[in-house]
Amino acid sequence: MLVAIGSLTAMGVTLGTILGAAAKFLAVEENPLEEELKALLPGSQCGQCGFVGCGQAAAALAKGEAPVTLCPPGGKAVIEALAKKLGVTADLSEHEEKVPEYAFIIEDLCIGCTRCIRECSVDAILGANKLMHTILAEPCHGCAKCASVCPTDAIVMRPITVTLGTWHWSKPGDSHPVH
Amino acid sequence: MKLFQVRGGIHPDYRKDQTSEKAIVVMPLPAALYIPLQQHIGAPAETLVVEGDLVKKGQMLARSQGAVSAPQHAATSGRIAAITEVPAPHPSGLPQLTIILEPDGKDEWGELPAPIENPFTVDAHAIHNRVAESGIVGMGGAAFPSAIKLTLGTQKKLDTLLLNGAECEPYLTCDDRLMREHAAEIIDGGRIMAHALGVSRIVVGIEDNKPQAIAAMTQAASAFPTIEVVAVPVQYPMGSERHLVQAITGRETPARKLTADLGIVVHNVATARAIYNAVRFGRPLLTRVVTVSGSAVRTPQNVEVRIGTKLSDLIDFCGGFALRPERIINGGPMMGQPLPSLDVPVVKGTSGILALTAEEINDNPTSPCIRCGTCVTICPCGLSPVEMAAFIRKDNLETAAKLGVMDCISCGSCSWVCPSHIPLVHYFNYAKGTLNDQDRERRKNDRVKTLAEAHTIRVEKVAEAKKAALAAKKAAAAVTADSETTPPPAPSVQEEKVNA
Repeated sequence: MLVAIGSLTAMGVTLGTILGAAAKFLAVEENPLEEELKALLPGSQCGQCGFVGCGQAAAALAKGEAPVTLCPPGGKAVIEALAKKLGVTADLSEHEEKVPEYAFIIEDLCIGCTRCIRECSVDAILGANKLMHTILAEPCHGCAKCASVCPTDAIVMRPITVTLGTWHWSKPGDSHPVH
Repeated sequence: MKLFQVRGGIHPDYRKDQTSEKAIVVMPLPAALYIPLQQHIGAPAETLVVEGDLVKKGQMLARSQGAVSAPQHAATSGRIAAITEVPAPHPSGLPQLTIILEPDGKDEWGELPAPIENPFTVDAHAIHNRVAESGIVGMGGAAFPSAIKLTLGTQKKLDTLLLNGAECEPYLTCDDRLMREHAAEIIDGGRIMAHALGVSRIVVGIEDNKPQAIAAMTQAASAFPTIEVVAVPVQYPMGSERHLVQAITGRETPARKLTADLGIVVHNVATARAIYNAVRFGRPLLTRVVTVSGSAVRTPQNVEVRIGTKLSDLIDFCGGFALRPERIINGGPMMGQPLPSLDVPVVKGTSGILALTAEEINDNPTSPCIRCGTCVTICPCGLSPVEMAAFIRKDNLETAAKLGVMDCISCGSCSWVCPSHIPLVHYFNYAKGTLNDQDRERRKNDRVKTLAEAHTIRVEKVAEAKKAALAAKKAAAAVTADSETTPPPAPSVQEEKVNA
């Protein structure tokens, strides 16, 4: 009886020590929170937050070095999702909900320098050296990086307008109380 | 035939007597026709004509493009005056690309496809193709391309074609008149559709406030034992295909499924007549019957109008306005949508144009909910409108979606019944639109993510290739220095644009 208790206790203590040591010395450096935050971000690597890409932004968020309002293309939805995940209250006072935009090349001004092509993170710009470029509106996510590098200001950001297919009724006025 | 109980529903004042006893009149040619490229669900049609072209009646002006689409045809002979943006018959008043046709007054037919001599012996594909090239879409209002619905037989096990003649919306009598005056054509069209679907049984569902239509259709169907004309109880929204199917079979269509999953395909009676014309005479869909009604109209009546006729011309044909219209409605008063102006055309899905006076509309101020629960009792979809609206009001669309707001058919029964005049269905239309927006955004984000990942991989590959090339060059240079012979040309790697 005593032998059994003693041997089990000894085993427990030894194995526990090994496990404890393993957790300390073999620990994975990466913060699991980072991966979760990265999944919430748009993943377009546009760099508008000031970090190189979404992964670096997620790392900064996890460390608490960046505000949840850092992602302009994500809009309110991403801010709220991040705030919920991090358990903080988002400061929406300075947040302006941006109208979604897409980049458009004024073809007369394009000199075919390919600078915008190198900036585009989703390969939405077509063209070659000294040939006019054009932007496919469908994959463009409106990061405006191409517009900022264009030497001739040939790229303008245009708002994505409401069409018959995307129009819907707006929210009924708040004069209609429902309790 | 045994009928089954359908839950909920309301009994509004039908007000069909303004037009139900008047025969369909044909409207003469207007000064111009405005034919939008998109009058249906799916992709807009692609124009085949340019400004200045002379066209004949029945000529295809725009062909369908993509899997879900429908072509547009010239409803008379004349000249293409312009192809430009014109306000759509839509509550937003947003413009859409429209072909403007100036009639030459001759109304001359062009070359039409040959009539299908015996439609019950030809291959079903021939019928599908004819319906598709004739530009026929669901004429009950949804305007879904009919040819696609006729091919459902190849994907699902079907047993019944249900012709929808319920016409449960107040005011509207266009289907009623069509059934009274053209019953034989509708029955023939229905038989052709049944053949195309590969089903033998046809049921015609008509609300029992239309005894003459029921009599006419029963008479026309009497020669065919597989056709049954059924009088269904008057209960709005009986004309919703899910509810009509439930009344006739007792089976409820599951959420986000089609009635075809229960083996039943539902088509409007006017669609059946259009298919009759297309198959028997080769005529594309050029006209439709529209109920013009409401107390503000001087002569309410059912008019057979050419697709593309401006509403202002149609109202003028009906004697103009006798009283000031407070609201112009496209469709019925329950599910129809208000129109900002009369400068829009009649399209394939226009079933009615109502000019309602202030007495006919409910603009009562909203008062607080008294929790009577009537909206829950009458919801024909078994939802809880009061609860959903409360969450939507607080911008909690996620919870509203969990409560089933996407299963709402926007029939408007809850708004109609609410003693506090809370615009419940407006909340649901807003929520459905916003949830669809969010869904679109999510899909776009996923696509951007995939593209960005592909881009990163490509950039890395290019960098590696460059490095390898540089190394090869160096090695080659070293060899050259050693042997003093001509170096082989180094592989040049150019950053090439790949269309992802």
